[in-house]
Amino acid sequence: MKQLGICVLKAWIALVLLVAGATAVAAGSGEVSALNLRRGATEISGQVYDLHMLMFSICVGIAVVVFGIMFVSMYLHRKSRGAKPANFHESVKVEIAWTVLPFLILIFMAVPAAKTLLAMEDTTEPDMTVLVTGSQWKWHYKYMDRDVEFYSLLATQREQIDNRYAKGENYLLEVDRPLVIPTGQKVRFLITSDDVIHSWWVPDFAVKKDANPGFINEAWTRVDEPGIYRGQCAELCGKDHGFMPVVVIAKEPAAYEAWASEQESIRQQAREEEQRLLAMNMSMEELMTEGERVYNATCAACHMPNGEGLPGVFPALKGSPMALNDMQGHIDIVLNGKTGTAMQAFGKMLSLKELAAVITYERNAWGNNTGDMVQAKDVNAVASGE
Amino acid sequence: MSKATEIISPAHGEAHAHDDHHEHHIPKGLMRWVLTTNHKDIGTLYLWFAFIMFLVGGAMAMVIRAELFQPGLQIVEPNFFNQMTTVHGLIMVFGAVMPAFTGLANWLVPMMIGAPDMALPRMNNWSFWILPFAFTILLASLFVEGGGPAFGWTFYAPLSTTYSGDSTALFVFSVHIMGISSIMGAINVIVTIFNMRAPGMTWMKMPLFVWTWLITAFLLIAVMPVLAGAVTMVLTDKFFGTSFFDAAGGGDPVMFQHIFWFFGHPEVYIMILPAFGIISQIIPTFSRKRLFGYASMVYATTSIALLSFIVWAHHMFTTGMPVAAEMFFMFATMLISVPTGVKVFNWVATMWRGSMTFEVPMLFALAFIVLFTIGGLSGLMLAITPVDFQYHDTYFVVAHFHYVLVTGAVFSIMAAVYYWIPKWTGRMFDITLAKWHFWCSLISVNVLFFPMHFVGLAGMPRRIPDYALQFADFNKWISLGGFAFGLSQLIFLAVMIKACRKQGEPVSDQVWEGAEGLEWEIPSPAPYHTFETPPVVK
Amino acid sequence: MANSNSALVTKLLLIVVGMFGFGFALVPLYDVFCDITGINGKTNETAAVYYDGQVDESRTVTVEFITRTHTGMPWEFRAQTKKVKVHPGEMNMVEFYVRNPANKSMVAQAIPSVTPGQAALYLNKTECFCFNSQPLAAGGESLMPMRFYVDPQLPEDIHFFTVQYTLFDVTGNGTDDKPLNNPFLTSFSDN
Repeated sequence: MKQLGICVLKAWIALVLLVAGATAVAAGSGEVSALNLRRGATEISGQVYDLHMLMFSICVGIAVVVFGIMFVSMYLHRKSRGAKPANFHESVKVEIAWTVLPFLILIFMAVPAAKTLLAMEDTTEPDMTVLVTGSQWKWHYKYMDRDVEFYSLLATQREQIDNRYAKGENYLLEVDRPLVIPTGQKVRFLITSDDVIHSWWVPDFAVKKDANPGFINEAWTRVDEPGIYRGQCAELCGKDHGFMPVVVIAKEPAAYEAWASEQESIRQQAREEEQRLLAMNMSMEELMTEGERVYNATCAACHMPNGEGLPGVFPALKGSPMALNDMQGHIDIVLNGKTGTAMQAFGKMLSLKELAAVITYERNAWGNNTGDMVQAKDVNAVASGE
Repeated sequence: MSKATEIISPAHGEAHAHDDHHEHHIPKGLMRWVLTTNHKDIGTLYLWFAFIMFLVGGAMAMVIRAELFQPGLQIVEPNFFNQMTTVHGLIMVFGAVMPAFTGLANWLVPMMIGAPDMALPRMNNWSFWILPFAFTILLASLFVEGGGPAFGWTFYAPLSTTYSGDSTALFVFSVHIMGISSIMGAINVIVTIFNMRAPGMTWMKMPLFVWTWLITAFLLIAVMPVLAGAVTMVLTDKFFGTSFFDAAGGGDPVMFQHIFWFFGHPEVYIMILPAFGIISQIIPTFSRKRLFGYASMVYATTSIALLSFIVWAHHMFTTGMPVAAEMFFMFATMLISVPTGVKVFNWVATMWRGSMTFEVPMLFALAFIVLFTIGGLSGLMLAITPVDFQYHDTYFVVAHFHYVLVTGAVFSIMAAVYYWIPKWTGRMFDITLAKWHFWCSLISVNVLFFPMHFVGLAGMPRRIPDYALQFADFNKWISLGGFAFGLSQLIFLAVMIKACRKQGEPVSDQVWEGAEGLEWEIPSPAPYHTFETPPVVK
Repeated sequence: MANSNSALVTKLLLIVVGMFGFGFALVPLYDVFCDITGINGKTNETAAVYYDGQVDESRTVTVEFITRTHTGMPWEFRAQTKKVKVHPGEMNMVEFYVRNPANKSMVAQAIPSVTPGQAALYLNKTECFCFNSQPLAAGGESLMPMRFYVDPQLPEDIHFFTVQYTLFDVTGNGTDDKPLNNPFLTSFSDN
């Protein structure tokens, strides 16, 4: 009887070793495992990974021992094997032992956990700061020390999501304008939100922080290796929660510097260009073509490509009193958004030309044949109050 | 229950004569069920209601898994997907698991403590009959313009306030009704246990199922009102201009999470403590050996309940807390694993050197111990704040709470039903079908939930209708496991229908060879009225 | 038995009512909790009195200011000083520029938030535009001052912190009195 019990125990251990080995091989192969947490690109993410593996091994150890004893008992102490029930049913000593022993294991787990937690709480001055703002359903990055800011939107085509085109390698994890940061420097992220709660998550940095509307949170990272790091919004934030990825490119400091200066000059040129445009008028045809492009990229997610919205959730533009009559109100709401709704301030996101085009489009598409033309200078007038 | 406990109850013949007298007064047809104040009828109503809700919530899970079968949007729109995840969660928590436990309490608590009925039978009727209205309202909200609640069962503000649809009012109303129902049920359980125990049924002789339910009932009356407060604040923020959770008006959206999880964490234990009670009844029966460490089980349950009030913020590590608070909630959470571990060790010690047989209830109970422990261990990993930053809001969390709630709470309910239904109907259920149900469920549930650990660790966030390509393979398996698990429950439905039609062999009063306790002393099937003369427990 | 039932039911109902009340009591309790721990970096909501003590010349703390406008808010809003180095205990003043480009008068409410949160406990504002809502006529502009000092008790490891102001539109639609609309919060800050 004992012999068989030992056999069962041996078989159990063999099985466990096999599974553990297979898991280790699977986890060890390739940089980003499909099975396990990644080691990531920073010292902190490495520490987190080690902590995870330690906790995981302890848990597996506990499970092997407990289930092992249970399976042996299930094999040996069966009525069909003629087992007679024993009479014991309590033991203060045993109860104390298995209260104290887990407690000791917990202390063993708590020490490295607390160490890593404190390492994450580094309040030294950063080399640079980025303000990360979540809104339904995109991220906005503003470099606090430079004249660079931009929105970062999902770049995967609608057709891929709707299964009409083949899906690309980075399906749903690609954006039009990734965040760029330098390697080897302490980058601080200030995280906040314009509407609901979002959560900014880059697994390779082990950074996940909630973006709370009206409040500010901070996180930091120091990336060692140049590369492209992808993450996603982690907190349910409404309809397109699954479609607001985070992409961060880490560049060598010199390359980063070149990129940032280029961005600044592009912004400067765009501003000058905008001033020139104020004096020019676009034709209806130009406005409608450009407007349709902007509408489908920016507005159609909520108001739908046919302008009919989602009843009860997102209002229709087709036939709406504002799109048909109130031009000032229309420009104002597109520029500044509407508080307490998913309607955001697109004044920060689109150029005057794009704004003019998309408003013209909304006032003339889907049978909204107002014939109104909105020019960049009209938008500017509302924006600046002049 | 001690083996030495002698139970003196009225002779069976006498009891039968007595009961026959009463059978004449049972109204027939629908009105019997509408007007009933009998604890057994109400228990049956609760259990069938829970089962129907389990199938409805399960159907929603099938929609979710069908959409997630492959990358891309195929079946539903993201907005509807969010409604499915939200209502699936609400129905499973408030419509399936909690009513099922209340149903078991109704059936069993009076029988286990030698009481003729629940202490407040009319309130008992009410607490059941408002439930169908609550869930009709919730389900109806899916059909109003703009759709039903789409903000997750946790309804975080401001997504559930400023940014939600008008159906939020219906959601709040239905949660209020559910809360009132649970509170009434809990009060009834407490009063019954305090005032209606048979002579000699002292506290430390009470079966563990009664103990765990008593503690659960106290948790319910402590936290369901807090939930009611939270939904009320959501309602007034959305419709009446207050700003509890709106920064512009001096409120704070993070405060919502603190209030919600102050309710939410004890709620988790409300859904698992009765399960501990059930397992503690079943394991000794089929090990033919007394439960090891009865007293320590009672103390462990109590300490889990108390600790559950000081760990809520471990759901919120990423909201940005001071490091001291993160430490506190991490250590407090880890501490809960000590009494939980004691329970698991006690069950294993009960089996050790017993004389085990593996009838269907025992199979579910054993599966519970292994799979619940897996969920418990992943819970311990989640408690570790620095790694929780990686796990939080991923499928790792989804895997964790489904192991605890499906292979934990739901498996324990199934074990309980298989264990006690012969007593309720007087007939053995279809054992072959039940074994099919067990094995199909056991295999499919692991195909369903185990790979969720992998995709979660690899970085897949929860509550998304579409995902990146590296998660595709596992999601296919998860969906297949989900469909198989869903279909397996139809076997359960078949077993239950057959059992309720009283097909099967008649059973003895004790039903199971090693079963002990007052409920096994009365005839099978349990007569409509039991213990009208209280038994004396020595 | 019926008597003891109703006595017990009464007690249990009292617990239920009490816990319902406790749910709401969590609102002011949370505020107190925030004051103690600095959760969410909330600062004092009414003017602090200048601490008339030692200025700690040996320490320099960098305070950074960030301004944002919430969705639906067309105002221009910026900090005249983006960053300031201060000694703990010393009185400082910074100014914020606002302009209302809309063609109607509007009312704004600024909501502060400080990170790291602990620093909020040591930031004492003696005068701030965020204590009240700020009306501005159509096309109007204004410089809004904020006077503050940093408590010398500021933990040693904090060398810099960030103050963010978010400007919310509280004009009309029943929201202009919103800051005073939360009875729990105001009653507490009055104490």
